[in-house]
Amino acid sequence: MADKSSANAYWAANIKIILISLAIWFACSFGLGIILRPALEGIHVGGADLGFWFAQNGSIYVFLILIFVYAKMMGKIDRDHGVDE
Amino acid sequence: MDQFTLNLIVVGFTFAIYIGIAIWARAGTTAEFYAAGQGVHPVLNGMATGADWMSAASFISMAGIIALAPAGGYQQSAFLMGWTGGYVLLALLLAPYLRKFGKFTVPEFIGDRFYSGTARLVAVICLIVISVTYVIGQMRGVGVTFSRFLEVSTDTGLYIGATIVFAYAVLGGMKGITYTQVAQYVVLIIAYTIPAIFISLALTGNFLPQLGLIGSYAPSGGEVSMLAKLDSLVTELGFTAYTADTTNMFNMFLFTMSLMIGTAGLPHVIIRFFTVPKVADARSSAGWALVFIALLYTVAPAVGAMARLNLTTTFWPGGATGTALSEPALSLADIESKPELAWINTWKATGLLDFADKNGDGMIQYFNEPKAVADANAALGTATKALADAGADADKAALEAAVIEATTARDAALAEAKLGDKSLAELGLVGNELTKVDNDIMVLANPEIAALPGWVIALVAAGGLAAALSTAAGLLLAISSAVSHDLIKGSLNPNISEKGELMAARISMGVAIAVATWLGLNPPGFAAQVVALAFGLAAATIFPALMMGIFSKRINKMGAILGMLSGLVFTAVYIFLYLGWFFVPGTNVYANVPANYFFGISPLSIGTIGAVVNFVVAYVVSMATQAPPQHVVELVESIRVPKGAGKAQAH
Repeated sequence: MADKSSANAYWAANIKIILISLAIWFACSFGLGIILRPALEGIHVGGADLGFWFAQNGSIYVFLILIFVYAKMMGKIDRDHGVDE
Repeated sequence: MDQFTLNLIVVGFTFAIYIGIAIWARAGTTAEFYAAGQGVHPVLNGMATGADWMSAASFISMAGIIALAPAGGYQQSAFLMGWTGGYVLLALLLAPYLRKFGKFTVPEFIGDRFYSGTARLVAVICLIVISVTYVIGQMRGVGVTFSRFLEVSTDTGLYIGATIVFAYAVLGGMKGITYTQVAQYVVLIIAYTIPAIFISLALTGNFLPQLGLIGSYAPSGGEVSMLAKLDSLVTELGFTAYTADTTNMFNMFLFTMSLMIGTAGLPHVIIRFFTVPKVADARSSAGWALVFIALLYTVAPAVGAMARLNLTTTFWPGGATGTALSEPALSLADIESKPELAWINTWKATGLLDFADKNGDGMIQYFNEPKAVADANAALGTATKALADAGADADKAALEAAVIEATTARDAALAEAKLGDKSLAELGLVGNELTKVDNDIMVLANPEIAALPGWVIALVAAGGLAAALSTAAGLLLAISSAVSHDLIKGSLNPNISEKGELMAARISMGVAIAVATWLGLNPPGFAAQVVALAFGLAAATIFPALMMGIFSKRINKMGAILGMLSGLVFTAVYIFLYLGWFFVPGTNVYANVPANYFFGISPLSIGTIGAVVNFVVAYVVSMATQAPPQHVVELVESIRVPKGAGKAQAH
């Protein structure tokens, strides 16, 4: 890429989305699924407590949504910065 | 038609498909052999990645590992989150950039980015250790599945499996492997979900097993949830509650993290993302891979919980509507006579399930033997055996006295130990009579327990084989491309022609299959433990090196090499301290029990700390030494933008 500042702006936008996504990734699995489970014992998803459900099923759904949203947002940023293929 | 013929037809049919694909998808160039010509649709690549990733262990063992864990099913959630969450890291941190880099192997990126043949070599060594340890388990899986369903010996099964893999991997390379993996995924997911749907319908009335997991328990009128019912039954029988919280949250955290970053650092998974046409496809393909993996991984915990509940109420018929001990246990006469219980004897014959009527009451009581009772029973067994084995000149009187003493001690333990509000002695129990339940039976016996037709059982056989074969092929490709592309082309003979390299790749593949088959026939005694090493090493070496190579322009050659080596040595040494030096039994420094772990960190979880060591060493060393040259900085800048990925280059 010729324009250095545009490249930097693109990369900064990418890093920002990655950090937000990783925060969600961490919060649903390590947060709700492990660390916060004892504190959230009273909340239920059907017949399971919230932490158990996130650990065995919920976090996987969040991971899925996360990857597709990331791919979509990056597609838009690629086009905005003119670096798409 | 009998079950054996049916199994043979279904498995034979799937094998014919794989061979057909092999002939159709022959590779003509190295680009096709290493990366399927970079023309694989992202959804198909996702499917192939799913099959590549889900091994015999995921298909056959995982539900049982969760269901039968002594510490409860919740603690095993580390596998579920770890083996899926790694794909988020792949999509966000590695796959798109490595696809943009546009070459064929993981060591090649490390060698170019860190401008060093040594770095490339270290990466090749890590890759081969990781992939070879993994492939041993897959080859065993092929052999074992054959022997269970097709009445051949494990070794014969292994030879048949190796021949099939040879046909499509040597002919088609990545191209052949990718399209067979797509077919294998379809076979394995159908085989996994059909029995799961039926068991979910029977136990919870829910068609989707994912809803069944959080649904209510149908046989008791739907007033209790399935998990609450399971918890109450297993705790009544002295087991830890299924949903019990972990006793070591820190270790569960590290173990989950280790599996996640290990997953993202496994070379045979990473190279799958080299096969798609564009950078954007690499991102979405990771999502599709997780869709196909999630179809099995969200069902597995439901299968585990339901199969455990089913097992418990089978042996305690009263448990279905009341408490387990409200009615007598399953009788031997019922096992022999009732057709719906025929599976118990079928699987007893395979050695995966075993029972013994220890108290001679004609019933099989399944419960968790308290440790004091188990120890007392073991002592009594030893004393009884000593008396039985005693020669003519032995002191019979002393041995008989020892047996009487051990019996008294055992009876005291039985009077002491309680199940519910009664002691074991009052209940007339002497020990747990369901003496063996193998993890694998939770999946393998499911179709029979749910009384499904024979073709479903045959499909499970084909599914187990598909899972093992697809993973083995993916691993073998990662090994052979590292040998032909990184070792031969990259250092031994850089001037080799395209045709020569393709031949070298095929020969490496053949040799890799031969070595894997030999290792499968003569498995080292430590095959189970080395999986920990594979994940730990991938987490501590390859993942940090790749990530730093993409996200930092400052990490240099020395930093990367020393970082990888310290991650490697740190992780391997910690594992060896507990499992023996190079896994040689008896050479371990500490006994492999939680009391001995540093800060409670098990050898399975150490990869996370190894990765931290790698990051810190690489950073400190890089800061103290010269920055990378300009052409490397330009390389990093170019892989960060998707534009201009195009076709991969051999150079």
